[in-house]
Amino acid sequence: MIGMTNLLDPHAPATSPRTVDEPPAPYGDVTRSDAAFRAFLHGLPGVDQVGAEARTTVLASRSIKTTAKAWAIDTAISMVDLTTLEGADTPGTVRSLAAKARRPDPGDATCPQVAAVCVYGDLAGVAREALAGTGIHVAAVATAFPSGRASREVKLADVKDAVANGADEIDMVIDRGAFLTGRYLDVYEEVVAVREACGDAHLKVILETGELVTLDNVRRASWLAMLAGADFVKTSTGKVSPAATLPVCLVMLEAVRDFRAATGRQIGVKPAGGIRTTKDAVRHLVLVHETAGPDWLSPDWFRFGASSLLNDLLLQRQKLRTGHYSGPDHVTVD
Amino acid sequence: MSDRLAVRKTYKLYVNGAFPRSESGRSYEVTDAKGHFLANAAWASRKDARDAVVAARGAFAKWSGATAYNRGQVLYRVAEVMEGRAPQFTEEVAAGEGLSTSRARAAVDAAIDRWVWYAGWTDKLAAVLGGANPVAGPYFDFSLPEPTGVVAVLAPQQSSLLGLASVLAPVLAGGNTAVVVTSRERPLPAVTLGEVLATSDVPAGVVNLLTGDAAELGPWLAEHADVDAIDLTGAPVRLRLELERSAAGTVKRVVRAPETEPDWAADPGLSRLTPFLETKTVWHPMGV
Repeated sequence: MIGMTNLLDPHAPATSPRTVDEPPAPYGDVTRSDAAFRAFLHGLPGVDQVGAEARTTVLASRSIKTTAKAWAIDTAISMVDLTTLEGADTPGTVRSLAAKARRPDPGDATCPQVAAVCVYGDLAGVAREALAGTGIHVAAVATAFPSGRASREVKLADVKDAVANGADEIDMVIDRGAFLTGRYLDVYEEVVAVREACGDAHLKVILETGELVTLDNVRRASWLAMLAGADFVKTSTGKVSPAATLPVCLVMLEAVRDFRAATGRQIGVKPAGGIRTTKDAVRHLVLVHETAGPDWLSPDWFRFGASSLLNDLLLQRQKLRTGHYSGPDHVTVD
Repeated sequence: MSDRLAVRKTYKLYVNGAFPRSESGRSYEVTDAKGHFLANAAWASRKDARDAVVAARGAFAKWSGATAYNRGQVLYRVAEVMEGRAPQFTEEVAAGEGLSTSRARAAVDAAIDRWVWYAGWTDKLAAVLGGANPVAGPYFDFSLPEPTGVVAVLAPQQSSLLGLASVLAPVLAGGNTAVVVTSRERPLPAVTLGEVLATSDVPAGVVNLLTGDAAELGPWLAEHADVDAIDLTGAPVRLRLELERSAAGTVKRVVRAPETEPDWAADPGLSRLTPFLETKTVWHPMGV
């Protein structure tokens, strides 16, 4: 990693490698062996699935209106990772997405920018160029997204390529096969290796909770990712259903809350996939506020991975601003 | 002595092919012409209207994309099912409008005939309203009518079935989808029409029937940016000007309300078809 050059700008100073230590205290020794790590992860308190569903149902019924709704909509827009992950993506579609990220509602200058644009690694350079000087991050999916089925060398090369192309956030997928067969230390080591390959880029670890089957596994995977040095834990690739659900998000928010209480390190959460309406987004914000706390209510610590959500947020924003219902003719097509 | 329990009627809305209660949970009592209780009807709120517009927009691509011949067949099928329900319609029209059974039956027959008449128009519109245009240039130039889009219909307040059929069928014949606010005092024939539509091959969302108050829902529909046209026939007199003004904000097609309700039995001609059709003209280069 030392002395990696930037392909877009060969004269840029080489990025200094971030050293990855062992897990933060007091968890320094839990990864000393496969057995110890398994014992630690299986020793985490179990999740009461019925309780989690009941809790999220109650929170989802909370009524958010008028000024609170306006605040929630603007906050949600600023948290969107505007995503396009299609095989048919072209530089043109990425550029038009970047234009939308800068000015989500061209008719309203008060509309906030989104947090990031999320693309495949080979298009990160196009997105970086189109977003220069805006402060909007470029996120790239890597490590054989979405399945994660490739050898480690390939995954690391994927990550380095995306970073070299200009991505400053990397969304990696964990090896669910290894996780589900109990090879936790393998998964851990892979996340650590990707963390190193990322250099200065932020690392988001996609758990693909739709394939983890139980909420207990979601909690274990969250802890595994956080111990390995993730900056964000992310629910899903968006390619598997069910994707982001409220109970899953609740468990992950509890994990980041507990992790900060124990280690002092704050980790972000990104639900992705299946969040399409303003109502869904507001429910997630309520969940964040009530579970992790207001510290997480910022684009630095909470993101929405979404594509169609942004248009619905804009329609609701126009409804609040003008007092009448808006329609899909009044937002950009993507 | 009858041991049967009375089956009390509480009707619901017809939105997106389903029969939901009003989002607001409200309902109101429907009485006959003499003030006797008939049934409870759902009292639609602005959010029901919003959902109905979403449903109508979602159904537009399929309905407008269907062949004119197919649309005609589906509309004819509606008339067939209405015919089977004629006694029920007659009873409801007689009670709601205070007519004798024979006059009510005549109104129902006229409504069914009107529906059949519009069903026949679907595949003739292009020939009558479109055609080749003589132009001074090397072009083959032709025009054809296309549906306007989502049409909000404030249905007549007096004529509960013939009036309703007379304003709804032309909207559908042209390939538009509709959000209808029914007569407030006489909604039952519209509720039954919803049951007819749900069982007669009309795709979900093409017609959405909201029982409730045109004075409450009209302003929301007139301002709604995703509604392309509005028929103000059943709008309260005091609101008409204001509704036209709000409709102008998003440049809707507006069908103005007549001073008083017209004689619905009269031949309508094309007067209710053309307002909800746009003309597309194509210039096709020739000889190059």
